Amino acid sequence: MLKRLELDDGGGSGAAGPVRFTFDGREMTGRAGDSLAAALLANGVLQFRESAVSRQPRGPFCLMGVCFECLVEIDGVANWQACMVPLAEGMTVRSQRGGPAVVPLPQTERTGS
Amino acid sequence: MRCDLAVIGAGPAGLAAATRAAEAGLAVELFDEQPAPGGQIYRAIETVPAPRRALLGPDYAAGAALAAAFRASGAGYRPGALVWNVDSQLNVDFSQDGRSRQCRARAVVVATGAIERPTPLPGWTLPGVTTAGALQILLKAQGLVPAEGVVLAGSGPLLLLLAEQLTRAGAAPRAIVETVPRGRLSAAARHLPAALRAPGYLAKGLAMLRALKRAGVPFHRGAEALAIEGADHAEALSFTAGGRRQRIESRLIALHQGVVPNQQMTRLLRCEHRWSDGQRCFLPVVDDWFESSVEKVFVAGDGAGIGGAKSAALRGRLAALGALRRLGAGEDKRLAGEAAALRGALDKDGAVRPLLEALYAPSAQILAPADDTLICRCEEVTAGALRKAVALGCPGPNQAKSFLRCGMGPCQGRLCGLAVSEVIAAERGEPQQTIDYYRIRPPLKPLPLAELAAFDVGDDAGDEAGDDQDAA
Ligand code: FES
Repeated sequence: MLKRLELDDGGGSGAAGPVRFTFDGREMTGRAGDSLAAALLANGVLQFRESAVSRQPRGPFCLMGVCFECLVEIDGVANWQACMVPLAEGMTVRSQRGGPAVVPLPQTERTGS
Repeated sequence: MRCDLAVIGAGPAGLAAATRAAEAGLAVELFDEQPAPGGQIYRAIETVPAPRRALLGPDYAAGAALAAAFRASGAGYRPGALVWNVDSQLNVDFSQDGRSRQCRARAVVVATGAIERPTPLPGWTLPGVTTAGALQILLKAQGLVPAEGVVLAGSGPLLLLLAEQLTRAGAAPRAIVETVPRGRLSAAARHLPAALRAPGYLAKGLAMLRALKRAGVPFHRGAEALAIEGADHAEALSFTAGGRRQRIESRLIALHQGVVPNQQMTRLLRCEHRWSDGQRCFLPVVDDWFESSVEKVFVAGDGAGIGGAKSAALRGRLAALGALRRLGAGEDKRLAGEAAALRGALDKDGAVRPLLEALYAPSAQILAPADDTLICRCEEVTAGALRKAVALGCPGPNQAKSFLRCGMGPCQGRLCGLAVSEVIAAERGEPQQTIDYYRIRPPLKPLPLAELAAFDVGDDAGDEAGDDQDAA
């Protein structure tokens, strides 16, 4: 669905090596400098969650922290904005299914990114 | 902790404001939710690989100088920091590294920029449908582009700029479906002479259109009745143009109807806002120094009305001068002289805006969405349900919250606020100014209860002591 720019391959951005993570049990890789949302999109994942009220498929819309459509569970903690979280090695990510519309959200950056 | 000037947002306005104020000797703290400076417009400006930077063009590359000046200015910088409240005493509550703290400021520059105007259309919640800005962020920050093309739909300079950048990146869009109605251009033409005063914009715009044409990107003009088709994800965009119904298959569809000020912070601060017919949105009221109706709260950049990146930096500098003046930290005459020069430059740079506003005014379809179109994505409220509530006596956005829960979801109205105000205004036959907007309350984004529980502003002395260690 999305591809990396070929011209970047000479530009050093891929030099840091792959960052491994899982999404709903599937093994995936991203790159250092990816947000979690970008890494998921780069792996062909468009749907990140189901809507809270009628369980419709949803995925990232704004990628800038505005829409909250990219909410995922990371390492057992729900409601992270995937577009605001830098990808980190070993993240266990799960899609969010339904759930309450308003829940407390961790908003800070994760350590170790 | 304390500071003289708290700047919120590290886009061009925030960077310029923080830099100017720090150079004048103020203790500045710049808070930004992103991990690196640049805002959305100069996203990844410090780390972007050279070839990608070249591809994005000189307007983007210009951000590097702003970021470098900021880094050299001595201003405090808190990346990855979410400001979730600013009270009337200018206490800035922020969350960073899982902990909430307070910074007591003597003045505040709100530089939280713009967000894309909500674009309620049939199917706009399907995975694969994004804002145009989202695709541009992927290009700038990650070098990611659509592998099998994308359909760009809507109107505005960003849509064309993105199309041209993607084309240059070897990922030309499948089509541009533009919603600018026929006849709009001649109606907007009266703003043309003024627009010519703004250096470069028109020539750049025309060059962009020529490049797209040369690349053979299909361009559908005057499109109406847009609908995104698909079950679990977007599959196609259908629309009416040239008198017939058309359909373009694509799993990626990017929507755009211009950008509007991100009002969350200025609404939270109870700044006065006024409806702008030209920009078709609410703008915080600001004076010559970009000071809002709340004393010592300045609003710089697109947050004070859409002006673009160049104007944002000029406004940021001007707001910093305003803060210096307010805090008695500069010689009035010198500040006034510098401000006058900035205002002259702003006037010139902004001369292109009336033309753009007239030409790219939002489409009728998104201003008056069909009854079955979702208007509040979080709580899944349709435009029809909102209209019914208005018929039952719901007088405004805040009452619509209790009638329908719209605006009560995690995005806290960011993605439905303007659309809700528009629909209620149309239904009641009253101006948007009268209908007004959601009241915004803290925290600006939901926080973990544990973090809120642990949040203790502390008494003054204790707070200061703890903080000095922190800063060391
Ligand atoms: S995609 Fe909109 S908040 Fe993450």
